[in-house]
Amino acid sequence: MQQSNTYIIVYSAVLTIILGLLLSGSAQVLGPWQQESIALDKKKQILGAVISAEEIDAMTPEQVNAFYSARISSTVVDISGKEITKEGITAEKVEIAKDYKKTAEERSYPVFIFHAEGKPDQIESYIFPMYGAGLWDAIWGYVALETDLNTIAGITLAHASETPGLGARITEGKVQARYVGKKIFDESGTLIAVMMQKGEGKKYDSDAHKVDGMSGATITGNGVNNMLKSYMGCYEAYIKSKTTSKVVAVL
Amino acid sequence: MSTETIEKSLVAKPAEPILSKRRKKLITDPLIDDNPVTVQVLGICSALAVTTQMQPTLVMAISVIFVVALSNFAISLMRNTIPSRVRIIVQLAVVATLVTIVSEILKAFAYDMYKELSVFIGLIITNCIVMGRLEAFAMGNKPYDSMLDGLGSALGYSWIILTVAFFRELWGSGSVFGVPVFEYVSSLFGPDFKLATNGLMVTPVGAFIILGLIVWVQRTKTGYAEH
Repeated sequence: MQQSNTYIIVYSAVLTIILGLLLSGSAQVLGPWQQESIALDKKKQILGAVISAEEIDAMTPEQVNAFYSARISSTVVDISGKEITKEGITAEKVEIAKDYKKTAEERSYPVFIFHAEGKPDQIESYIFPMYGAGLWDAIWGYVALETDLNTIAGITLAHASETPGLGARITEGKVQARYVGKKIFDESGTLIAVMMQKGEGKKYDSDAHKVDGMSGATITGNGVNNMLKSYMGCYEAYIKSKTTSKVVAVL
Repeated sequence: MSTETIEKSLVAKPAEPILSKRRKKLITDPLIDDNPVTVQVLGICSALAVTTQMQPTLVMAISVIFVVALSNFAISLMRNTIPSRVRIIVQLAVVATLVTIVSEILKAFAYDMYKELSVFIGLIITNCIVMGRLEAFAMGNKPYDSMLDGLGSALGYSWIILTVAFFRELWGSGSVFGVPVFEYVSSLFGPDFKLATNGLMVTPVGAFIILGLIVWVQRTKTGYAEH
């Protein structure tokens, strides 16, 4: 059966419209659930920096939400460490990925504060989001610092499309555990961050600023290093303002 | 491919039972004798990629079943109107729409799975099994039969990847569906006994080996040989 060109064109056009309607319809209908899933996933990632993945996996979505609202408070700061108190801005709503495209000065920087249940003053750790480039695509994560705002309490890392088995290993608990206890600043207070090294299998227990690398994923490792260092640099003013205010309080 | 074009003369008889012998064959044939993975060697890419663990594999299998059965059904409904010169594009558009819907549903209700599988869900579009069934069967057969045929092929694909995933997860991570079987078994033999996992199984190489073994066993049993 050989159809005319008109038939083919009309057929294609009609098909496109029908399929387009189906797609936009399903996106519309499923939209609210997707937003919820994404918000929940974000909370899980934030919490992942301070509690273990097994604990989070064991929680139902309601429990995650309850835990999050009981234990996390948040604020948004700018590059100079001052709190942004614009109308309608909350830390959860800041889109790090979108902000990443702006210059460092123009971005808003959310800070998530992990505190004892129901007691926002008893701070246990500060959680900072970060975002950067891996080998193929974006990588991001959350780093939790202890109350000295120097020692890493935990880290979560995620990626869009790093190589499975190589760069994608940044999502593994084993790799992330290497960061725990490392320090961001040296004794004089200069920002060093933590550098993932090339090669794998060495011990860096004595060096507070180095962690073991991932074999075959040096470029992803470098991406994590750059991301951590640049975002810690962006939060430096906030961190310094917190630590000095504490010193003053002690005096 | 000659066995796949079912005789068109079968139409216009009194209504065939919903699961007549011929229709049962449509489903059961691709399970063993004409398995899309082990006999036709289609869909290998995703069979290697998603099978490190049972759970994502199961989600992948369900998604493929959904897409293949429904696209076969839809294309078969449209088969007499599809202009032959653009039929591949029409098929692709339908498949792509279904795959996108699957991916949207996963994003809404199984976000962790969506994150883990996202690329591979998208790649169902290029899974040769889908296009193969559309071209070989759905374009020339009635909707219900086509759906059964798609169901059969997808089930054939599913049980193979689930089997591969079972052995890869068991030997590679020592668990099944995330349940730490090795840990449990080890504890039965005292505190010092520990079953070792094989890292090779976590890599795609492991999938090749398991898949090769399945093909070997199956072809020995059925006596199938490449021509």
